[in-house]
Amino acid sequence: MIETLINIILFAMLVLTALAVVRKNQLFAVVMLSGVFSLLSALLFVTLDAVDVAFTEAAVGAGISTVLMLGTIALTARTQKKSTRSGMVPFIVVVVTGAALVYGTLDMPSFGDPNAPASLHVAPDYMIGSINDIDVPNVVTSILASYRGYDTLGETAVVFTAGIGVLALLSGLSRRRREDEEEDV
Amino acid sequence: MIDLDFIIGHLNYWLFIVLMMTGLYIVVARGNLVKKIVGLNIFQTAVFMLYISIGKVTGGTAPIYPVDAQGHMQVDPAIIYSNPLPHVLILTAIVVGIATTSLALALIIRIREVYDTIEEEDILEIERKLSAADNKTHGPAMGGRA
Amino acid sequence: MHHHLILRVVTKMLVGAIILFAFYVQFHGDFSPGGGFQAGVIMAVAFILYGIVFGLNKVERVFPPWLVHKLVALGVLIYAGTGVASLLLGYNYLDYGAFNPHHPSHGQHWGILAVELGVGVTVTGVMVAIYYAFANRPPPMKDEDW
Repeated sequence: MIETLINIILFAMLVLTALAVVRKNQLFAVVMLSGVFSLLSALLFVTLDAVDVAFTEAAVGAGISTVLMLGTIALTARTQKKSTRSGMVPFIVVVVTGAALVYGTLDMPSFGDPNAPASLHVAPDYMIGSINDIDVPNVVTSILASYRGYDTLGETAVVFTAGIGVLALLSGLSRRRREDEEEDV
Repeated sequence: MIDLDFIIGHLNYWLFIVLMMTGLYIVVARGNLVKKIVGLNIFQTAVFMLYISIGKVTGGTAPIYPVDAQGHMQVDPAIIYSNPLPHVLILTAIVVGIATTSLALALIIRIREVYDTIEEEDILEIERKLSAADNKTHGPAMGGRA
Repeated sequence: MHHHLILRVVTKMLVGAIILFAFYVQFHGDFSPGGGFQAGVIMAVAFILYGIVFGLNKVERVFPPWLVHKLVALGVLIYAGTGVASLLLGYNYLDYGAFNPHHPSHGQHWGILAVELGVGVTVTGVMVAIYYAFANRPPPMKDEDW
């Protein structure tokens, strides 16, 4: 009972934050709200028993992502121009897409069903194998690093590529900082 | 016809679809590039929540076995654990998401330096004027298209 | 930021604790939520915090950009190299049983440790490199400065 209440409160705050992002014109407020959204979603992940995911989402979304976006708006613009287009067509598109998605979820298993197909085929083997073959208590780490180690190699390569891409885009000019930062002693 | 169990069992999917659609609306309806990226992040996080909620088992707990003082794992068959497989996939997805976001933000910085604006409508206007000017100078040689 | 005394003092105390926590999360990924990716992000945050409060010059003296760029590649090399090492020992690629054929679960421990280290090193390098790239960019000139 109390868990459902917590879930509902968290979800309501998430929706309010998302609606505030839609309406705000100050980009600083928008970036801060996105940090708040990430933190609230990390809390929601904890109530859904996904502690590793919550840890990552809090570190990445509320930490690094906010810093990078603040750096971006410091280098670009502070406010958003008022939109002259009407929001009717996007709203209709969004409603139609949402209806199609809801139609798609009609034959999905119920929330928390232990016999859902997602929990039946490979997952019990991983849970048992993590005790016997790998001897690691954190099943998520054992799947990430051992059973699905190839995928993690690809993920590391993606992070590497993103770093290289940003360096390729942003390494051309370098601020002449040496002379004008001497007062910062 | 209204089955209360069905609605309660599927409510979590529909609520996360509402969040997804809010993020999609921000991407489609707002012209500012930074706001589009924030909307994309909201959309992405809502997709993660949908996916994680598929793996949740009622009465379950986080999929980490407790370890006693000697360092041995205690396997209690009475404890139900949530499905760890969606967690692994979403972890990779979060990493890929931050990679995409940082590349997009770097692109926005470069766009600002070239066009002096980050509003989509202004950028399209500048591009249209540039191609019209190109058409005037190089048009006849390229068949009216530059 | 040399007039923010509280920020400077608190940051000096916190940076050590953050780096220690990053190492803890890295090596306890087997027993509690954590692992290479989270640890890499937390370690990068320590340097980014130091850079924000004390200035980019000081943090680049501690963690020079050439070292950051080398770390970015080193992590992927460690990960792929673990796979190649198990190839050279006669097993499949990324088969951790190669590291201790008599006790496969010990081999798994070593393999997981090595690959998580590779992930952590790459993620630290990439996050700090992206921060350096963003912070080194000259700010756009306002019209009244022309």
